Amino acid sequence: MIRLEKRPQPSRAFSWAAPLLAVLATFFFGGLLFAALGKDPVQSILTIFWQPLFGEFSFFYRPQLLIKGAPLVLIAIGLSLGFRAGIWNIGAEGQYIMGALFGAGFGLAFYPADSALIFPGMVLAGAFGGWIWAMIPAILKVRFGTNEILVSLMLVYVAEQFLASMSLGLMKNPEGFGFPGSRNLQQYPSAHNAELIAGSGMHWGVVAAMIAVIFAYVLLTRHRLGFAVRVTGEAPRAAKFSGVNPGRLVLFCLGTSGMLAGLAGLFEVSGPAGQVTIDFNTGYGFTAIIVAFLGRLHPIGIVLAGLLMALTYIGGDIAQSQLGLPAAAIQVFQGMLLFFLLAFDLFTNYRLRTGRTEAA
Amino acid sequence: MDLSAINPILLIAALMSAATPILLAATGELIVEKAGVLNLGVEGMMITGAICGFAIAVETGSPTTGFVAAAVGGALLSLLFVLLTQVTLANQVASGLALTLFGLGLSSLLGQGYVGIKPPRMGDVNFGPLADIPVVGPILFSHDPVLYVGVLLVAIVWAVLRYTRVGLVLRAVGENHDAAHALGYKVVRIRTLAIMFGGALAGLGGAYISLIRVPQWTEGMTAGVGWIALALVVFASWKPWRVLLGAYLFGGITQLQLNLQGAGVAIPVEYLAMSPYLITIVVLVILSADKSAAPGSLGRPFHASG
Repeated sequence: MIRLEKRPQPSRAFSWAAPLLAVLATFFFGGLLFAALGKDPVQSILTIFWQPLFGEFSFFYRPQLLIKGAPLVLIAIGLSLGFRAGIWNIGAEGQYIMGALFGAGFGLAFYPADSALIFPGMVLAGAFGGWIWAMIPAILKVRFGTNEILVSLMLVYVAEQFLASMSLGLMKNPEGFGFPGSRNLQQYPSAHNAELIAGSGMHWGVVAAMIAVIFAYVLLTRHRLGFAVRVTGEAPRAAKFSGVNPGRLVLFCLGTSGMLAGLAGLFEVSGPAGQVTIDFNTGYGFTAIIVAFLGRLHPIGIVLAGLLMALTYIGGDIAQSQLGLPAAAIQVFQGMLLFFLLAFDLFTNYRLRTGRTEAA
Repeated sequence: MDLSAINPILLIAALMSAATPILLAATGELIVEKAGVLNLGVEGMMITGAICGFAIAVETGSPTTGFVAAAVGGALLSLLFVLLTQVTLANQVASGLALTLFGLGLSSLLGQGYVGIKPPRMGDVNFGPLADIPVVGPILFSHDPVLYVGVLLVAIVWAVLRYTRVGLVLRAVGENHDAAHALGYKVVRIRTLAIMFGGALAGLGGAYISLIRVPQWTEGMTAGVGWIALALVVFASWKPWRVLLGAYLFGGITQLQLNLQGAGVAIPVEYLAMSPYLITIVVLVILSADKSAAPGSLGRPFHASG
């Protein structure tokens, strides 16, 4: 009889092997799913994962990797800080929307002024928008002990309504012939988050994501606050004795993740999306949760996971147009990835032993 | 603006219907949490139930079969959560989120061919002359059977938890799984059944939205009702009758804001549509001071080796 035995210490090897196993298992079961939908499984997987990187039109798709990966990494880095400490911000989608609205709002308010200060101002406004939206669950948790999972999630729906109101009302393009949506920020040079090197996909959001990764890495390995985050997650009682202030940690983790999600929203709306529209948000805030876990809540892991997830978006689009694979199939595929990861994580903390059966 | 267009009797009758999806899902989650498991996948199970029920009802022409399929679909999806949290001992918060993300994708995949179709209608229960009583008739005796099933389930759950051995064992497992294990109760088996029950009820709740409330299929149509149901369990301090009360309160708010939209109140539609979510937050804040009613082992993984 096989039984589980708790490891005295989590296995480091398995902690890194689990994501790889999860990816392999997802390839396999994803292939089965695609086959069930009547598509050639091998061709589908190749279309999604090979073609954007090495296919005929990879020069077009590779920059997309940065464009789609940057917001995912930016958001996931912030989430990972909280997740490590057992602080669950799952409302990043809402903070993303609010960041975009605050940032775009700032830029649109100065239209058509021309100043080098407008874009930096938008960045600050975007960060503030995400931060303030995350401060709502943070303060409620610290002050009243309210569950931050539910509050942050409820605020996603509130933010979505707010976005609808803005793109149909206050921020609507006055010269837009009545169509919903704001002015196109891509056509407003002072507010445009343009590519820094033409054709590379490299915009300010990518730079911000890189800075966030380095910042998080240094914080977690070299700074007292990072130590507080880690020890709170691993041993809450020990954290208390070592003088960690739990309330301040909640404010820091939620605030930082909100700020980064807000920045991601601002860079998206002022760059690749260009416009505040009713559905410009594409669920990055939720996919980033998968990215954070898949990356083992570790900054470097998150970069790799973010690129992989960006690949599923790009490849998914190609598979949709070439093979007629439904967009929802990619969503299922991404969900599967998180499933397998969580399942394989068992072996990080436990090992299989054969021996006597026990009552369980 | 014409507030007189809002008929209070019809409002109360509609409120009960608006409350039923939340009520079903929250009652299921109540049992799950009483067994010491926090399943954040309610939204995913609801939306899966919504499409399973819708598809089967359309294919068979029978809404009843649809509801059964929705319960089965929700329970099957919850088995994935069982696998993650009970077998591979994964973090329950992360697993619940995974379930929701997966369920949302799966439902839109399953629902591709069903957009824009009208499902077969489920008739109201025929109470004969009772339905003609003024005021009481339209409020109490003019609904579909599932609504009554929902209220009945609350009563059953309450009675089972309070008066039966099954209820006692379930609560014991939720309060202290190590002690329950030492007494010889099969913690994992009991929790598995509780989670599946929760999944089935969430599925029913979802199907109530797609088959009766709306009735049609659109992607993501549960729009956070599953999360409100989760909040409701906290709001109710894990007590079945307070789940009923809370569900009617939220149903009332949802219905009232819809009616106000219809009546053309000066508040923009979007701000009215925010109100159920904002009120959920306010209620959570007011009630979160008292955590004493939460089951002792809620959210903690159980492994027999300790």
